[in-house]
Amino acid sequence: MTTLVNEKNVQFNEEGFMTDFSQWDKEVAEMIAAKEGIPVLTPKHWEVINWLQEQHKSKNPLTIRKVGGSGITDIKEFYALFPNGPLKKAAKISGIPKPVSCI
Amino acid sequence: MTSRNIIILGAGSAGTMMANHLRGKLDRNEWNITIVDEVEIHYYQPGFLFLPFGIYDEHEIQKPIKKFIPHDVQLLHTTIDRVEPETNLVHMTDGSALHYDILIIASGCNIAPEEVEGMKGELWYQDIFDFYSFKGAKALHEKLANWEGGKLVIHITEMPIKCPVAPLEFAFLADDFFRHKGMRNEVEITYVTPLSGAFTKPFASKKLGHLIEDKGIKLVTDFCVERIDNKTKTLHDYGGQEVNFDLLVTVPLNKGAEYVGRSGFGDDLNYVPTDKFTLQTTIAPNIFAIGDATSLPASKAGSVAHFESEVLTQNILDFINDDPLSAKFDGHANCFVETGNHKALLIDFNYDHEPVDGTFPFNGVGPMQLMEESLMNHMGKLGFKWIYWNVLMKGRTIPFIHPTMDTSGKHLEHETLNK
Ligand SMILES: Cc1cc2nc3c(=O)[nH]c(=O)nc-3n(C[C@H](O)[C@H](O)[C@H](O)COP(=O)(O)OP(=O)(O)OC[C@H]3O[C@@H](n4cnc5c(N)ncnc54)[C@H](O)[C@@H]3O)c2cc1C
Repeated sequence: MTTLVNEKNVQFNEEGFMTDFSQWDKEVAEMIAAKEGIPVLTPKHWEVINWLQEQHKSKNPLTIRKVGGSGITDIKEFYALFPNGPLKKAAKISGIPKPVSCI
Repeated sequence: MTSRNIIILGAGSAGTMMANHLRGKLDRNEWNITIVDEVEIHYYQPGFLFLPFGIYDEHEIQKPIKKFIPHDVQLLHTTIDRVEPETNLVHMTDGSALHYDILIIASGCNIAPEEVEGMKGELWYQDIFDFYSFKGAKALHEKLANWEGGKLVIHITEMPIKCPVAPLEFAFLADDFFRHKGMRNEVEITYVTPLSGAFTKPFASKKLGHLIEDKGIKLVTDFCVERIDNKTKTLHDYGGQEVNFDLLVTVPLNKGAEYVGRSGFGDDLNYVPTDKFTLQTTIAPNIFAIGDATSLPASKAGSVAHFESEVLTQNILDFINDDPLSAKFDGHANCFVETGNHKALLIDFNYDHEPVDGTFPFNGVGPMQLMEESLMNHMGKLGFKWIYWNVLMKGRTIPFIHPTMDTSGKHLEHETLNK
């Protein structure tokens, strides 16, 4: 599945997660956010997005608790920033894969 | 020549296997091996899933630790207080200390119900239970024997947990249990998970998602518990979702041993930072870790500890000989998933390959089918107890099943669905 963003073909899987991180940029993030019902990405959103991407790069498995302990935001605020399934939504917008279990 | 010391911290599945492997390989005059544990009983933890339903009784899932430790390995019964990598010392809470040349951390992980407000409150072991500890599984067995029905909620606090499919298996077995008691209509079963589905890999969801529906189990996803209200018997999540229960079976947060945190090298959940291929820790070259205690992105399961033990044995021999560590762990896990009604599934996967269908362990022959419910797999799951006590814990290997995953017999083309 591909979507055209600023004349770039961005690849997504069936569930709407990006499959090629090299295609990610701020415009792509804003486009995904709008689709997920977040019209504006505030500086706080960006801080969380950057942190998630760093964690993903260092191959640290992501959990909501880890976001809460990140020093960037707490769990309550994380929910306010990315309502309904914040980790899944934030991962989508950050261009990283869905946090999963083994099966 | 004075002899040198290997110390193993924890005499559970992983530590016991290492004691047996290493004793068989190392010269007794050159190497002393010591293993430390604070308890004297070795529990067969996979049995905790069956104990609440009376499928196993409490006696068949516990044996004395010393039964599995070779007589020329020293077994110490004491509590570890902290490790001091700078001096190569392990301090015990009784004030004693041990010096090591090589240290193996195998202290597993455990439940921490106190981490969620209201979990370990007045309803703990009254209407709120875990089945990840012997005490919890036993208390739940007594509760289920007389429970008259209502809302049963099965809940995972947060990933990672050991044996990540156990809560789902619990839900399937509960469905079966109440059906056989002729009271399934009086019980509403709800499965509450912090993940976005009961199965999160697309292939597994597609193939197995129907199981939940067929069994009439309600599903609540993306639920991140904030607190449990004991008065109203309600789980509250950070996003404002609420779930009511009459009987709550929860898997509390899982954490590595406290002493790992006290030693200053654990991550936020007290897991030991460990190289996922060699099992050497990043703390010091002479400190290794295995089993549930590590930070590895592999499943926390006995089968994983078993495969790791073969890799770690080789790497410790290499380390002793000053050779590069030659064995690499590939994340191999092999788990039976009980689905109720005397059936089970078998899944086999590693770091690179997700569970797919096929035959196991012999390509095209089986006798076990991957990702299919069958009686054969159920027998395999029950047979695992015998294998655990009589083969694995004695440091023997299982014929035909290798530490690295075999891709023959697997329909890896189905994996594309996951990517
Ligand atoms: C309900 C349930 C079902 C499961 N089902 C399966 C299954 O079907 N298949 C499968 O493969 N696996 C299953 N598992 C997982 C499996 O039991 C574990 O992965 C395995 O036991 C891990 O071994 P370990 O040696 O790392 O940890 P453990 O076996 O837990 O051993 C750790 C040891 O360290 C000791 N220790 C900890 N801290 C200290 C301290 N400070 N001082 C002294 N000693 C200490 C503990 O007393 C313990 O004996 C299941 C687990 C549970 C809970």
